[in-house]
Amino acid sequence: MYSLLTAFQNSVGRKILTGVTGIALTGFLIVHLAGNLTLFTIDYSNADNAFNRYAHFLHELGLLLIVAEIGLLAIFLIHAYLGIAIYLRKRKSRPEAYKQFKTRGGASKQGFSSRTMIVTGILLLLFTVSHVNHFKFGPGWSGEAEYTQVVNVGGEETQIRDLSKLVGETFQDPIYVIVYVAIMILLGFHLRHGIWSALQSLGAMNKKLTPVIYAIAGILGILIAIGFLLLPILIYFTV
Amino acid sequence: MSTMTINLKVWRQKNASTPGKLVDYRVEGVSEHMSFLEMFDHLNEQLMKKGEEPVEFDHDCREGICGSCNMVIDGQAHGPQKGTAACQLHMRHYKNEDTITVEPWRATAFPMIRDLVVDRSAFDRIQAAGGYISVNTGAAPDAHAVPVSKEDSDIAFDYAACIGCGACVAACPNASASLFTGAKVAQFARLPQGQVERERRVVRMVEQMEKEGFGDCSNYAECEAVCPMEISIQSIAEMRREYMKAIT
Ligand code: SF4
Ligand code: FES
Repeated sequence: MYSLLTAFQNSVGRKILTGVTGIALTGFLIVHLAGNLTLFTIDYSNADNAFNRYAHFLHELGLLLIVAEIGLLAIFLIHAYLGIAIYLRKRKSRPEAYKQFKTRGGASKQGFSSRTMIVTGILLLLFTVSHVNHFKFGPGWSGEAEYTQVVNVGGEETQIRDLSKLVGETFQDPIYVIVYVAIMILLGFHLRHGIWSALQSLGAMNKKLTPVIYAIAGILGILIAIGFLLLPILIYFTV
Repeated sequence: MSTMTINLKVWRQKNASTPGKLVDYRVEGVSEHMSFLEMFDHLNEQLMKKGEEPVEFDHDCREGICGSCNMVIDGQAHGPQKGTAACQLHMRHYKNEDTITVEPWRATAFPMIRDLVVDRSAFDRIQAAGGYISVNTGAAPDAHAVPVSKEDSDIAFDYAACIGCGACVAACPNASASLFTGAKVAQFARLPQGQVERERRVVRMVEQMEKEGFGDCSNYAECEAVCPMEISIQSIAEMRREYMKAIT
């Protein structure tokens, strides 16, 4: 009687799927951030560093990595599709806007972050495309000599990609730093409403817990955003 | 006793196919003891004396139990007061020469009838899709015959307090009916009497909500803030749990 397709066909199913994919994406962000933390420790002039070795390790997973990437892409696309579908349905559900509209406050979670999910979401989508294009498929992807190095991996001389060089170079450009920081602030807003909202969508809420979880989710969202935006600033000023 | 003059901007619309607009009225002689609806009665008397069409608005009990007084007052469903319906709002909260904007519930699923009156029968159809239980008619069982835990009975009672007013839909930026439907689903799910239809109830009510054209929930929680019965969005979380249980 039930398939994934029926869940796309009603608001409760869509909300549950948005929540599940949102939590998965948040999990990915945390892993991504943990990987980035190695960038705080390395010497950018030496290609044999923890970040490049971590990137190489992921690359070496081969098929496993490809499966994970396809899964991640699918989750990302489902999440984006649902967000847009929810927005379009909202426009159909109230075609004529109120002349005057004001939140009541109190229990309401209406605010900048919840009202701008579609805007921050679309900007994050565009950013992600450009980000993956710039780093993953950027210089060194097809083995350009300038961005590869031979290092000793597990006793064997191996050619690995010097991704940290690209990272270091990218964030010498102030425009890139500013855009990156701005987008990460938007990510913070998206997560501020998103993390709490995902838990509510999965039914993991009750009246007493809500204020606590709402607060924790906000802090977590802000911490993730800060973690990501510190790096470009630090690189710009130190490397 | 001193009286006030209130400047109203009221949504006037002949019917669904004619576009509406806000019309200004100056209502003199408003007493602070009047309820918001009595102020409208007062306005309508003045309009009728002048031979104009009175403002159509829905009302019945005028004491917060029937859920028919739909009005968005200065951008807030049921007005600025917490935990009350528009009929329970009194003019003592306003000052002389205040300007108040009054609009109808706006949602595709609540089609316009006239002025401030919309058709909320979509709620009846959601209710009919699954908001019932199977019992044999005849002798009523003793009140203590079916044990219900205190926690469940308290929460089910809170949800059962829903008066079906539709403020949750009106205030929701997405015009979602999740609080109404969630309250109904969760109320029955917590009671032994609701177990027989438990799974099909949630699926059918959720599907009906979709068919009626209500929007998706984005967890704004604006519904809880305006609900005259202060029903918690915990009921929406419970509806989602019920839905997941039903489909897996
Ligand atoms: S849930 Fe609250 S706001 Fe919605 S219809 Fe019921 S009483 Fe009205
Ligand atoms: S008229 Fe009945 S609730 Fe307001």
